[in-house]
Amino acid sequence: MENPQNPQRFLTAAAAGLAGCRACGTANPGGTRICACCGSPLQAAAPGSLQRVWAWLAAGMIAYVPANLYPMLRTTTFGRTSENTLIGGIAELFSHGSYGVALIVFLASIMIPVAKFLAIGYLAVSVRRPAALGSHGRLMLYEVVEFIGRWSMIDVFVVAILTALVQLDFAAAVAPGLAAVSFAMSVAFTMLAAQSFDPRLIWTADSENLDEHP
Amino acid sequence: MDSEQLIACPTCDVLHRDQDVPAHSVARCARCGTVLAAPKSGAMTRIAMLSLTALILLAAAAVFPFLELKAQGLSHQASVLDAVLAFSQGPMAPLSLATGLLIVLLPAARYGALVYTLAPMALGWHPAPRAAAAYRWAERLKPWAMAEIFIIGVAVALVKVSGLAKVGLGPAFWAFAALLVVTILTDNAICRLTVWKTLRTRSAS
Repeated sequence: MENPQNPQRFLTAAAAGLAGCRACGTANPGGTRICACCGSPLQAAAPGSLQRVWAWLAAGMIAYVPANLYPMLRTTTFGRTSENTLIGGIAELFSHGSYGVALIVFLASIMIPVAKFLAIGYLAVSVRRPAALGSHGRLMLYEVVEFIGRWSMIDVFVVAILTALVQLDFAAAVAPGLAAVSFAMSVAFTMLAAQSFDPRLIWTADSENLDEHP
Repeated sequence: MDSEQLIACPTCDVLHRDQDVPAHSVARCARCGTVLAAPKSGAMTRIAMLSLTALILLAAAAVFPFLELKAQGLSHQASVLDAVLAFSQGPMAPLSLATGLLIVLLPAARYGALVYTLAPMALGWHPAPRAAAAYRWAERLKPWAMAEIFIIGVAVALVKVSGLAKVGLGPAFWAFAALLVVTILTDNAICRLTVWKTLRTRSAS
């Protein structure tokens, strides 16, 4: 579809002196602060906005550390208390033979968070540097990250449900561990990092690279 | 160049002439492929009805018993509210608040805003006052409304518990399961830019 030898030139709203709205697509006159159609704040796609992405991403990664170190669940069965970390819970599911569920939890709480850190970091870095992945590839990466990020919350909900449900006095009781809080925070911060990333920057960097190497 | 007739792609900022797209066809951005318009006949009615259904299901899901656990002659019933309050003791109270927001309050707010914005459109009326603000919030809340993720969490929790005790499913469980389907249907039916265009033309007329 794309022809790298002769890239098609597209006129963007920013290049035409207009302020495009990311919520409703209205092309407002340049310099407008609030979109006339939907009332969303308008922001130019400036690389400076990446600072917010980096800040949220760092917060998300920091919160992910205690999420792995502290126990997620504290189970008391007949007076004996056992603590389960994130990975411990997955291992237990696996040893019980629930491979499918173990896989879901592994994907949601280990694979997706780590992949998301890497993907958002890569997207933010590639705005400034020529990237190996083309614009379309990076846009797809961005869309996948936006879509999939919220599903990591599953594990927090599992802890909430187990805590509410398993309250059988002496026989069995489940209490949430500190990791549940830090994991929820990690997911929320990473979602905010993805939302702070302006996808228009993917293309801005691209057209600048074209100008540098005509 | 009249900026009224131009649309800037919300994903990559490329300008497009705002043409009338025939029903059931899709207009995409020439550069990044983002859907710019996807009008469907009766889409507004469908979204408004689905959102109303989701609101009713949410109310049922919050009120009715959710799961029941039986083991060693003991039984314990939990509603969604109990799941929300699971973290309410000790230092994890904020997480309790967040869970309540994510699985009940934010989805309810989103669907309420969708009904408020789209029901007048479906009926062919003028937009309700501040409909633009309501729809803007509905879109902003979308990633944070996690009712459909909650039900997957329930499924995982059921597997974890099943070895330990017998679990009974209450009406609220089925309400949440139905909510998962309704949420997917709603999200597929909504074309953001088409809704905005309809709001814009209806407000002007």
